[in-house]
Amino acid sequence: MIETPSATMPAVFVRDLTVAYEEKPVLWDIDLDIPASSLTAIVGPNGAGKSTLIKTILGLVPSAAGTIRIFGEPYGRNRKSVGYVPQRGSVDWDFPTDSLDVVMMGLYGQIGWIKRPKKKDRETALACLEQVGMADFARRQISQLSGGQQQRVFLARALAQDARLYFMDEPFAGVDATTEVAIVAILKALRDAGKTVVVVHHDLDTVPQYFDRVALLNVHLISSGPVGETFTPDNLQKAYGGKIAFLDR
Amino acid sequence: MSLLNDLIHDYTLRNVSLGSAVLGIVSGVLGCFAVLRRQGLMGDALSHAALPGVCLAYMLTGSKTPVTLMLGAAVAGWIGMLIILQVVRRTRIDPGSALGIVLTVFFGFGVVLLTVIQKSNDANQAGLDKFLFGQAAALVHEQVVTMAIVGAAALFVVVLLFKEFKLLTFDPEFAGTLGLRTHALGTLLTGLLVAAIVIGLNTVGVILMSAMLVAPASAARQWTHSLSHMILYSALFGAGSGLVGAVVSVTQEGVPTGPAIVICLALVVVLSLLFGSAQGLVWEWIRRFRRRNKIEETPA
Repeated sequence: MIETPSATMPAVFVRDLTVAYEEKPVLWDIDLDIPASSLTAIVGPNGAGKSTLIKTILGLVPSAAGTIRIFGEPYGRNRKSVGYVPQRGSVDWDFPTDSLDVVMMGLYGQIGWIKRPKKKDRETALACLEQVGMADFARRQISQLSGGQQQRVFLARALAQDARLYFMDEPFAGVDATTEVAIVAILKALRDAGKTVVVVHHDLDTVPQYFDRVALLNVHLISSGPVGETFTPDNLQKAYGGKIAFLDR
Repeated sequence: MSLLNDLIHDYTLRNVSLGSAVLGIVSGVLGCFAVLRRQGLMGDALSHAALPGVCLAYMLTGSKTPVTLMLGAAVAGWIGMLIILQVVRRTRIDPGSALGIVLTVFFGFGVVLLTVIQKSNDANQAGLDKFLFGQAAALVHEQVVTMAIVGAAALFVVVLLFKEFKLLTFDPEFAGTLGLRTHALGTLLTGLLVAAIVIGLNTVGVILMSAMLVAPASAARQWTHSLSHMILYSALFGAGSGLVGAVVSVTQEGVPTGPAIVICLALVVVLSLLFGSAQGLVWEWIRRFRRRNKIEETPA
């Protein structure tokens, strides 16, 4: 019998996940459920393992122990349901290519290995650039884009993947205010279309405004759930220790 | 006209020009990926690592046929590559040091073997030392054919996997999430680099071979913002410099081919850095100068 994804099946299911670099644990015994059609922020101090958590879910970092399921299946069997926006700083923007070509890379999984992209794929990529307001920059060399524009290109590439679940690593880092507003609107539109979006986020001030759910992480999972219940001074204190002064504001 | 006539009809010159053109194209293409993956020094380490392979292949078989020696070079280069990749992946030694270790150890071993061979008073051994700086004049037809076959095979793989190699080079992490076997693909790409090096051993030699990989690609980058154009220009620069350098070395008695080619490449690189239409420094200086003038002309 083939198991069909139901409304109750979480988009992301993590149990007893432990990840270590050399001997040092980066993530310790994480249990996390992220329901489908939600917009979730992963927050925590530097070195809390936020990026590592999504990279482990995506199979980029090996886990020492634990179980991960995406819509009830291992990631390897569900790749096409998942889109990814890496940190903008993780690539060399001096690479000789233009915006459209980068967005096309989001289609490589669907095009299939060895096969060439077709005209239809170019049109899809252009439509995705349009969605992030970057259609006029399709032929622009990527090093000539501003940080915010580069981030939008990365977002367009993820949209091209046409996934059900998106992981984004700090999509708001170093972007201008206009881009931030545009990205938030796209994230909310994705959620409203039934997609699940998981975002590594740095700015605590905007969490309640941007997200439905939050997972507070500091090697251990401190707490996760709807923002109203989870994003409390008490939990933040546990995640950040004495390191945040702005909670008093 | 007589030079052109010689290029077509003179046996040596024809082999030299064909051989160096093949070498220039293949190393120009693969050099682009090496440069963009910041593996410029990898080519240097691997070409030095090929020397003991050449010597061992000769010592084991007593044969100096191009296929035997190229195979020996390829095996040693690939072993060097696997050692570097494994050291980088599994230990805390940084990539630069890993390259340094393999380069010096393999090359040192190669020089020792070369000395042993030369002391053996074997009449057949003459010419192996030409692998250090290359001697295009010694190219024979059979070598050129072998170079062309190996080169064509390497280029075929690049054409087939162009999209994958591009993604791997630009964003390996994203490639991994799409299910691309990034380690395997990276090893394949570096393996093709070894093939390019093997092609260049007779002509350029192990010591200067990395210039054939790094220089045309770096020059080509100055002229374009597109990867496919960069690869095309790089192949042209490589072939042109290879051809000119090799012909100079053959027609001027005693000039080793490797250094002659490197001088041509240096010229191409300098001109490209200055005048390249995409990133050339001269245009940037002119833009800056105009901007300053504009600001000064603005009425207060």
